[in-house]
Amino acid sequence: MAIREDVLVVGGGLAGMSAALSAAETGATVRLLSHKKSTLRHASGLVDCLGYSGDDGPFADPYAAMDDLPDDHPYRIVGESAVREGFDRFDSVVGDSYRGGHTDVNALIPTQAGTIKPTARYPASMAAGLASDTRSTLLVGFEGLSDFDAPLAADRLAAAGVPFDVRGVTLRFPKKFRADAKLTRYARALDRDEEPDKDRAPRFDGVRRALAELVRPKLDGAERVGFPSLIGDDRNDEVRDDLEERLGVPAFELAASPPSLPGVRLESRFLAALDEAGVRRTTGNPVVDYESADGAITTVYTDNNGQRVPYGADQVVLATGGLVGKGIGSSRESVREPVFDCHIPHPEDRYDWSATDAFGDQPFARFGVVPDDDLRPLDAAGETEFSNLRAAGSVLGGADFAAQKCGSGVSLATGHVAGERAGALI
Amino acid sequence: MDGTVAVIGGGSTGTGIARDLAMRGFDVTLVEKGNLTHGTTGRMHGLLHSGGRYAVSDRSSARECIEENRVLREIATHCVEMTGGLFVQKEGDADEYFEEKLEGCRECDIPAEVVSGEEARAIEPYLAKDVKRAIRVPDGAIDPFRLCVANAASAIEHGARVETHAKVTDVLVEDGAVVGIEVEHESGPGKRVHRKPGTVEEIRADYVVNATGAWAGRVGAMAGVDVEVRPSKGVMVVMNTRQVDTVVNRCRPKGDADIIVPHETAAILGTTDEEVEDPEDYPEEGWEVDLMIDTLSELVPILQEARTIRSFWGVRPLYEPPGTGTTDPTDITRDFFLLDHDERDDLPGMTSIVGGKFTTYRLMAEKISDHVCEQFGVEAECRTADEPLPGSEDIGNLDEYMDEFGLRSPIAKRSTKRLGSFSPQVLGGSDPNPVVCTCEAVTSAEIDKAIDESGTDLNAVRLRTRASMGNCQGAFCCQGMASQLHPTYDEPTVRDAYDELYQERWKGERHGLWGEQLSQAALKYALHATTLNRDRDPAARESDLDFAAFDDGRTATNAGTDVSRSERETAADGGRRPTSPNGDSDGDS
Repeated sequence: MAIREDVLVVGGGLAGMSAALSAAETGATVRLLSHKKSTLRHASGLVDCLGYSGDDGPFADPYAAMDDLPDDHPYRIVGESAVREGFDRFDSVVGDSYRGGHTDVNALIPTQAGTIKPTARYPASMAAGLASDTRSTLLVGFEGLSDFDAPLAADRLAAAGVPFDVRGVTLRFPKKFRADAKLTRYARALDRDEEPDKDRAPRFDGVRRALAELVRPKLDGAERVGFPSLIGDDRNDEVRDDLEERLGVPAFELAASPPSLPGVRLESRFLAALDEAGVRRTTGNPVVDYESADGAITTVYTDNNGQRVPYGADQVVLATGGLVGKGIGSSRESVREPVFDCHIPHPEDRYDWSATDAFGDQPFARFGVVPDDDLRPLDAAGETEFSNLRAAGSVLGGADFAAQKCGSGVSLATGHVAGERAGALI
Repeated sequence: MDGTVAVIGGGSTGTGIARDLAMRGFDVTLVEKGNLTHGTTGRMHGLLHSGGRYAVSDRSSARECIEENRVLREIATHCVEMTGGLFVQKEGDADEYFEEKLEGCRECDIPAEVVSGEEARAIEPYLAKDVKRAIRVPDGAIDPFRLCVANAASAIEHGARVETHAKVTDVLVEDGAVVGIEVEHESGPGKRVHRKPGTVEEIRADYVVNATGAWAGRVGAMAGVDVEVRPSKGVMVVMNTRQVDTVVNRCRPKGDADIIVPHETAAILGTTDEEVEDPEDYPEEGWEVDLMIDTLSELVPILQEARTIRSFWGVRPLYEPPGTGTTDPTDITRDFFLLDHDERDDLPGMTSIVGGKFTTYRLMAEKISDHVCEQFGVEAECRTADEPLPGSEDIGNLDEYMDEFGLRSPIAKRSTKRLGSFSPQVLGGSDPNPVVCTCEAVTSAEIDKAIDESGTDLNAVRLRTRASMGNCQGAFCCQGMASQLHPTYDEPTVRDAYDELYQERWKGERHGLWGEQLSQAALKYALHATTLNRDRDPAARESDLDFAAFDDGRTATNAGTDVSRSERETAADGGRRPTSPNGDSDGDS
């Protein structure tokens, strides 16, 4: 006998979690199935709405630019109001831990590479670093962190014409770690305010203070100071407050590639919201099969170490992600959606899946299911695949999340719409 | 000094010749238009032949191979991995050919042992169930780049000058004799550095050696002589792990897709043999990749499902004396030919070397160096078969250095294997020494050494260290590699170097984009475009960005005044504010 729920969401990323929350809000019972840890762990923790379209951008106002997107872009399908509702939901989940909700305008966030990128919402830990803020800036890196070279990043920001003075300095972290220690090791030392090494910071008994004392003489008038994304993990706010107090200037984190502590923190916020909303969660097992009757999905099966576990539902949301999250699969011959085998249009010749320029217009980036106005995936003939299946997030085609900087927004907007409509039909 | 020689071509043959001539006392200048190994040497599967491959069709080549195989095991220990090899017979493959192969190996002094199908599968568990038996031979893997770098380093130690990124634009002929070459340095003489302007240089020489392989005809033409090389392309497919640990050959007469060579963390499938017009411009097609996978999975079935990380094509410099008229390139001999243009074309001062095989590069270099010595009446003996290459000098047990370098075991093993006797020098003085490329276990110290040798050319750094050549194809380490150029080189130079590496990696990745690797490529794209905005990098914009149009963290009402963090928090808590006055600008104005 299947475990029954009104709404079943397959996929635990931003889109799936948003869908589950919206569905739960309608009063439906909701279960969320997720296989692996979500790709949020690889993401910067920034929440993009829309930064570019074709050659245009970066857009200060993402909403004003939505009308010019192609017809098959998910934003055009769900409409601007759905995008706003998706961001409203986001704001209510993350509360004070994120900024940017005070304005429709995009922010420009400096990254560890010394680039800047447009985004709609940013973690509080990055708020003091905005590129439109004119305060002079010191970037601090650490010996042994090969992902981040602070003086180089500073020069790069200057080359982008940022409206502030920026310098970078490389310091020895006051505690010595193994040569290839990950960011998380630094973050943990700051969380716990571990004892620094005596040969690096003889006068201090906590790394936070020792770090502040190392940075202070380098400030030289800088009005804010930026670090890689390692200023604490669980106690990020506390560590930042502590450093700011000792340094007398605001501190911020730079956006970075994985491992991404801001991405992990964001996931935790959403998981807490799911628990609060009464969403049931089952994690760790892949969906391997389904049953349908009369064109509707009736049961979904997960594989639990060789055992098939059935989950029944009236409405199903597919939010398994794109190529990165394996919500879209491929072989030498074709591209497919592996859970429900939904149709994904793609060129026959696999050399037409990608462009020769690494940052050219990449067709693979737009791979995904084609939805109707109700976000229901369509088959090759344009008929709905299943009457009770909706898709949300990167499994949808038509958007290049990377080039357009719109991934989180699409997940929030389509997740919200898919969840709400699924719930409303119960 | 006995005389000045200009060697054109920085592949195994050219660097081998430069080393040999320099050791014999010549004043040598080697020029190469790209990186070392830019042509054929850098685009092969790195098989150190036992000679078994030629034991039926070409026994003199087979004998040369086993001899040189033994020499390279001695003088190039840090470049060679003696994996051993198997010539595998499947059900249906001819017994006669198997017997001929075995007999040929024995005739040519190649150690060869027959093993049953079961024994072969015990050695290589992924071999197909219908493998009947196999011949075990001393095939191995050799890193062509490490080998060429070592040859070049040795040449330099003996006084030679080595110029990469120096393209020959003319062969200087005066009074009916070759007197030198003209080269265009991409960024001036010395190390290649992005953004540094190029220069032109005339290099006068008593003798010129054309060791440009498939390009030999082009250099010949500059001197007004015909060298009819027949370039023949072959595809190689790089798999993400070593599906086999020994070289696996199909034991049947010549055919495409019949060899798998394990290499460091990867396995390379090869290859095809198809004549092309132009060694630099020929089609690279998907069906060639498919052919490798489909045909070789008959030998090793899991290849059908395995992950392909990229593909590349190389061009053989095949040559046959005029009038032979062979139509099938696979029938053209793998022998090498020394074309003395004085004897052949009445043009003294230059010799071209064409044909040949990577495994016998040293022997070819010896022969041509002997020939050059003859021209000068020099009697010096060749010593390249006895003196170890730099990096391969015996320094005792490298494992003992591992603790000393503060590296954990797998990383230290990989580093010391790559660096050989350079290990103490490179790894000794570096603290901290983080791993920059996790896939290939390359530390910052190795990258620094490579940058020292090759300027801002990150592809040269990649070839020296293997950084960015693993599963992620540079997704996680390109940035770290480029960062190490700073502050020796300024930010725009670092950016150019990074961009070049990133694009080069993408080029070969495209041939393997499906399944896991397409997923990996999508992640790479996401990291660099979504997270870091590399694709729309504001620093690369033509026009200025209107920063004031974007959120500066303050609300519309108090914008322009300096507010403290606590004040901003209050504003942020107040809910959504109206769009800022400049909100409709896209920033391009």
